[in-house]
Amino acid sequence: MLNRQGRPTQAGEASHAEHATFTGNKALQQIEPLIFEIGHHEATGVDIDKPAPFKSRLGKHARQGEIGLPGLSEPETMRHYVRLSQKNYGIDTGLFPLGSCTMKHNARLNEKMARLPGFSDVHPLQPVSTVPGALDLMLELARYLMTLTGMPAVALSPKAGAHGEACGMMAIKAAIAAKGEGATRNVVLVPESAHGTNPATAALIGFSVKAVPARPDGTVAVEDVKALLGPDIAAIMLTNPNTCGIFEPQIVEIAAAMHEAGAYFYCDGANFNAIVGKARPGDLGVDAMHINLHKTFSTPHGGGGPGAGPVVLSERLAPFAPVPFIHVENGKPHLIESRGEAPKGNQPFGRMTAFHGQMGMYVRALAYMLSHGSDGMRQASEDAVLNANYIRAGLADLMSLPFPDHPSMHEVLFDDEWLKGTGVSTLDFAKAMIDEGYHPMTVYFPLVVHGAMLIEPTESESKAALDLFIATLRDLAIAAKGNDKERFTSAPHHAPIRRLDETRAARSPVLKWEKPASAQAAE
Amino acid sequence: MRYLPLTDTDREDMLARIGVSDVDALFSDVPAGKLLKAPVDLPRARGELEVERILGKMAGKNTAASAVPFFVGAGAYKHHVPATVDHLIQRSEFLTSYTPYQPEIAQGTLQYLFEFQTQVAALTGMEVANASMYDGSTGTGEAVLMAHRVTRRRKAVLSGGLHPHYTAVVETLSEMANDEVVALKPDVSASEDILSQIDDSTSCVVVQSPDVFGNLRDLKPIAEKAHAHGALLIAVFTEVVSLGAVVPPGAQDADIVVGEGQSIGNALNFGGPYVGLFAAKSKYIRQMPGRLCGETVDSAGQRGFVLTLSTREQHIRRDKATSNICTNSGLCVLAFTIHMTLLGQTGLARLAEVNHANAVKLADALAGVEGVTVLNDSFFNEFTVKLKKPAAEVVEVLAAKGILAGVPVSRLLPKAGLDDLLIIASTEVNTDEDRAALVAALVEVL
Amino acid sequence: MAETRYSKDHEYIRIEGDVGTVGISDYAQSQLGDVVFVELPTVGKALAKGSEAAVVESVKAASEVYAPVSGEVVEVNGELEAAPGTVNEDPAGKGWFLKIRIKDAAELDALMGEAEYQDYVKTL
Repeated sequence: MLNRQGRPTQAGEASHAEHATFTGNKALQQIEPLIFEIGHHEATGVDIDKPAPFKSRLGKHARQGEIGLPGLSEPETMRHYVRLSQKNYGIDTGLFPLGSCTMKHNARLNEKMARLPGFSDVHPLQPVSTVPGALDLMLELARYLMTLTGMPAVALSPKAGAHGEACGMMAIKAAIAAKGEGATRNVVLVPESAHGTNPATAALIGFSVKAVPARPDGTVAVEDVKALLGPDIAAIMLTNPNTCGIFEPQIVEIAAAMHEAGAYFYCDGANFNAIVGKARPGDLGVDAMHINLHKTFSTPHGGGGPGAGPVVLSERLAPFAPVPFIHVENGKPHLIESRGEAPKGNQPFGRMTAFHGQMGMYVRALAYMLSHGSDGMRQASEDAVLNANYIRAGLADLMSLPFPDHPSMHEVLFDDEWLKGTGVSTLDFAKAMIDEGYHPMTVYFPLVVHGAMLIEPTESESKAALDLFIATLRDLAIAAKGNDKERFTSAPHHAPIRRLDETRAARSPVLKWEKPASAQAAE
Repeated sequence: MRYLPLTDTDREDMLARIGVSDVDALFSDVPAGKLLKAPVDLPRARGELEVERILGKMAGKNTAASAVPFFVGAGAYKHHVPATVDHLIQRSEFLTSYTPYQPEIAQGTLQYLFEFQTQVAALTGMEVANASMYDGSTGTGEAVLMAHRVTRRRKAVLSGGLHPHYTAVVETLSEMANDEVVALKPDVSASEDILSQIDDSTSCVVVQSPDVFGNLRDLKPIAEKAHAHGALLIAVFTEVVSLGAVVPPGAQDADIVVGEGQSIGNALNFGGPYVGLFAAKSKYIRQMPGRLCGETVDSAGQRGFVLTLSTREQHIRRDKATSNICTNSGLCVLAFTIHMTLLGQTGLARLAEVNHANAVKLADALAGVEGVTVLNDSFFNEFTVKLKKPAAEVVEVLAAKGILAGVPVSRLLPKAGLDDLLIIASTEVNTDEDRAALVAALVEVL
Repeated sequence: MAETRYSKDHEYIRIEGDVGTVGISDYAQSQLGDVVFVELPTVGKALAKGSEAAVVESVKAASEVYAPVSGEVVEVNGELEAAPGTVNEDPAGKGWFLKIRIKDAAELDALMGEAEYQDYVKTL
């Protein structure tokens, strides 16, 4: 029996372990109620003096009545959020092989740099003359991104990967419109293996989406693309290396075919970490590619953001980059903030966000790049690819590889063929990994293979860490095949919480805390 | 390279285990001639100290808000953030976690998202809130698209009090999707006739309060007219602290509320990362963009939280998703939630009161300066003044004197004929000395 | 005696006079898993054969339900809004989605009968 606070009403009920505790806590794992259950309306954790009497200028707009938000004192706040943090798994906790997400080490130097007052405590609209160092930083980041990608321009302002996709596709749409083909070129090709953001982005911008089939070897073939080309095709959105962890072997031919047909090549750069310093998208015929600074360049994922999604652009698309951007003339940078101010030859398609993008992420990413240098970034990509292939070599005899004919890049994809008949699903397997102290790999993505398991170790793992990971997965795989179903189907057993009822959450959504009916009645 | 654990011996052993002679064999799918033989033309790796020197030098060239009397607002605000906030958001388990796809080991993130949604709903007076957008401006763009889905109409009416950069974001999105936008001309005195723009083809009306010029606006009549025509009211704010002092948009029957949450818990950061707040009436929940966290139970009956209603989202719905958003503002959400928890309604109301008091004091002092006219009837912590000289020039002269006076309207609206207008914000960080310095400098310059 | 026919996309239509009751087959509901939401069309909407008639959602998937034949929607099952699980519990009965006034009975011929559909499912 649980009350609304999630606290046990009598000893031991919340714990199904052998050694039940009165509180339901398990030593370092504390059950923590919501702030609404422990806070008070009169409580506060800040000391602010009441202002001297003054004549309000709020007029009839002054708020009447309570807001309905509890506060907590500072020590209570500290304890509450520290306890919550202890229910989370992070990169600093252990190996985080989430494919397609590049969970690499987040250096604290980068945090320190982003907090320098000259970066964190400057306002986007203070006079440009008071922020020359901010422009320097943006220009330097741009130089690094352009050099690494071999592209002539970059739009920095997009706020995350999907926002970058939108920016790149808008530039393509603007370029098409400028050629007078806006009415006719309105179809975007997207492979079946693509991230969901690709078709969502294309649709957002008013394109319709046509799927490109995947070949049995996990790649996109230029003939299949050519067969779909015509005067209605605006662009292809292709991830490279693709979501199966394979470098698209025909990418140059595909780019050429697109260009020949008067269309553009948008590359989803989510997997750029595989090729930094090894291959340049600009050499492959890419017209636009977003770069997830929070993946490849190690800005922290922060439980779902903030990210940053600068977009590198080809010569053909550069004039259409959105405002704001920095225009350098005679060695002097000018911040261009509106279409009207754009220098001759530029036709910005518009604006993505209120200000200049994710400055805090720019600083962190540049700190990463400066630290690694050209040699370190190249080595990082080689290590990321090496680590993924090492895991593949360690597991390929037990787990099934849908695409054995290509080497993996920075991530290796398995399917669930090897689990057939065991009664253990990909999800069960992932949950059992939690018990072993690992964050699961990406599961059920990409959609082109059944029961996908996409493992991306990144370059941040030592050989010893990889060896233990491989040994653990081998043990789990053998157990799964050996009828030890219970270890999987009811996993996780050791996490702070057991498997959650997602059906219940979706059928009758409870999206905010509300005062329990009993408490309301008592008032 | 300090970040890379593999040694050369490791690499050799691993290549041998894989069965290839060198690492480039793993890059064999890269087309001939496209594989780089050497590092690109950029500097080599550097130690921590050297990186600190380079970045420290760049940062040192900028004038930090804390270092000077600072009155710049218009969409981002300088506030004091308690030390606890920045400590907590740097805890490894928050900082280095991912979107909570595995809820059993992400209850920390999920629980604060649930707390955040509850806080935002309470602040705005709305029924439901999502787990954040990138910022207020992109949230406004998404709100307009959402209104189009709800009403199955495609014309948005934008108030002339909407932040011009927000207007530009909405216009860009709408132009791309071939949707119609009626953007009213800049409305310095909150006197536009927006009601006459609403008709049966209107999908939504977008109104900001406090508006970009600082005026507080009455949303209720706009909501009434909109609803009479089957349209939605989207209420926008850029200063969330104002909700501690003014009637929330939910109490004025707004259908969707979007705002910038930077003021609570988050630094200025030259414009990002920030946190977009997004709330709506619950009947529109399935058309909402972004992540939603919901309460449920685990297999042992314990309360827990999960991301829910995911079928709206891009990773499932693909081209039929309500938005393409994936990564949003997780850690900025956490900063917001912690700061808001420290404040509580008592602290927030007090903070808002101090902000308003400081702005009133400044407006009163400026009203006495020759060549300055305060234009607002009502305002919260920001107002617009008319100067007898071009505001951009005045701001530049004051900056040289070490005072950051505000945002010239011409910076937001070049060539709009509003060059003599200056938007001035005053928050709890301003002291009497700051205000006196600004007043004295203006007396001197004008 | 009402006759039920099936599409390859696993919609069924139970024919009574010129009105057909449309839902998803038991096989389809078992593949979807727990249904959490059903989006239904408005009454009066004209549907072309093969066009999107409804959307059925589980926690991790959303699937379109296509009109097995052309016609006008004459009734929808409003009960599903509060109890989407009915689609899992009783797909052929209380879990129906909508009723359609069949425009062209000849279109029914292209659909499968009960036995044929069961054979088809076995091949999947």
